[in-house]
Amino acid sequence: MSTPAWIRPATLKEALTMRRDYNARPLAGATDIYVRHRAATGTLPPLEDRPVLYVGHLPELTSISEDGKGWLRIGAATVYTDILEHPDTPLLLRRAIEELAAPALRNAGTLGGNIGNASPAADAVCALYALHAEVDLAGHAGERRVPIAQLITGPGKTTVGADELITAVSVPMDRPGSFHYYRKAGTRRANALSKIAFCAGGTVLEGRLTGLGVAVGAVGPTIVHSRDLEVRAEGSDLARYRKLQQEESAPGGFLTARYMALISPISDQRSTDAYRRRVTENLLRDLFERTIPTLLSGKAG
Amino acid sequence: MKNEIRFSLNGKEETLPGDPRRRLIDVLREDFGLTSIKEGCGEGECGACSILVDGRVIDSCILPAGAVEDRTVETLESIRETERGEKIVQALTRGGGVQCGFCIPGMAVSIESLLRTNPRPDEHAIREGISGNLCRCTGYQQIVEGVAAIEHVEGDNS
Ligand SMILES: Cc1cc2nc3c(=O)[nH]c(=O)nc-3n(C[C@H](O)[C@H](O)[C@H](O)COP(=O)(O)OP(=O)(O)OC[C@H]3O[C@@H](n4cnc5c(N)ncnc54)[C@H](O)[C@@H]3O)c2cc1C
Ligand code: FES
Ligand code: FES
Repeated sequence: MSTPAWIRPATLKEALTMRRDYNARPLAGATDIYVRHRAATGTLPPLEDRPVLYVGHLPELTSISEDGKGWLRIGAATVYTDILEHPDTPLLLRRAIEELAAPALRNAGTLGGNIGNASPAADAVCALYALHAEVDLAGHAGERRVPIAQLITGPGKTTVGADELITAVSVPMDRPGSFHYYRKAGTRRANALSKIAFCAGGTVLEGRLTGLGVAVGAVGPTIVHSRDLEVRAEGSDLARYRKLQQEESAPGGFLTARYMALISPISDQRSTDAYRRRVTENLLRDLFERTIPTLLSGKAG
Repeated sequence: MKNEIRFSLNGKEETLPGDPRRRLIDVLREDFGLTSIKEGCGEGECGACSILVDGRVIDSCILPAGAVEDRTVETLESIRETERGEKIVQALTRGGGVQCGFCIPGMAVSIESLLRTNPRPDEHAIREGISGNLCRCTGYQQIVEGVAAIEHVEGDNS
């Protein structure tokens, strides 16, 4: 039998077999693939002779469910609009998706595609980093679950195996004390890839900060984050947080200085390196000097 | 091997001709003659190629035709035959919202998509609803006002 050009598997199991047997290219919303492999009017997109494995219709990849332990599991091929319409979507992810492109893109684009594309400017992925999302993958050898930051290794690079599919993304649902901080600097509001995406979240309960997540998009080859720095702030009350911040006398304190040391923005057609540095520093200072101390000094509960 | 790809197009069951990897815009314009769909940028930026898939607006220039298998596709050709569709087109043309007109079919489809989930959009929602539709002529203000006026018409009816 000749190699099919377009594969529409009936089940996830069949999809995995096709993926392995034909080295097929997964396609969900096509909003990245059909721009990257752009076709001239009336012609087929140049897809390098790899068969297309359509996954946008698979029920296993398009459902959203609670896991009973406070996490929301979102099918990798669920379109953004459905994620927005779900009542339990964490606010940080919701904010990132609301500002991602325009309705027509949100009616087609998916988290699986945003991850698969692995752009350092990917807005939804930025929120997923700050939420410490876990990604489910299925392959012929079985299933595995990986923290998002370990899955993406470089611009356009992931450790998704050649026989694997991303099946779902799990994020913790908001709970009492959850906060979120989202800023996007773009050009035109809709349909603009970010010059900078800035995502942060965590919980402040009874004056203590836990689960801090900070992620900055489009200021390095991958989304910038630091587990070490997040852990340094874990469990802080206001006094301990202030002490941590004083470990460096830079403007914006220890955390701002350390995050600034991690970013390596470039100049490209969307922005300059100096602009990206300045905006990132302003946002870091706003988060670490104003937002978090304000939350920590608020009344308990 | 199963080759028939079925989908619903403007209320009729159809079979998708040709390769499922073709862009839906090409299939709809060339094979079905649905020329309300315009090709502007060809890469998801301008919305001139907007159609409805399962009732939601999508850019047909970056959508493989095979992705609409078993789904419902509507274009302005059928939308404008409905009462609301007629009002949308009227609102766009009456309010001075049209100059060269290139963006208008896509704009109308986005507005239809918006009104299906939000029949009474405020100005912010209207602007968000058409945020994927570029208009190089009008500056959007007359378009937004035209759509706000649709709300008025429906308000009068109810
Ligand atoms: C006009 C325009 C504006 C945009 N604006 C933004 C924006 O503001 N922010 C932003 O972040 N992005 C933006 N994008 C990019 C794009 O829409 C998103 O990255 C979207 O999430 C891609 O999802 P998709 O399902 O369409 O991906 P696809 O194009 O279907 O796939 C993208 C990649 O992921 C792989 N893939 C898809 N699903 C899976 C799976 N289940 N398992 C394994 N691999 C998979 C594919 O093989 C491919 O390599 C924009 C794109 C356009 C055209
Ligand atoms: S032609 Fe499709 S979005 Fe511009
Ligand atoms: S009227 Fe000319 S582009 Fe909108």
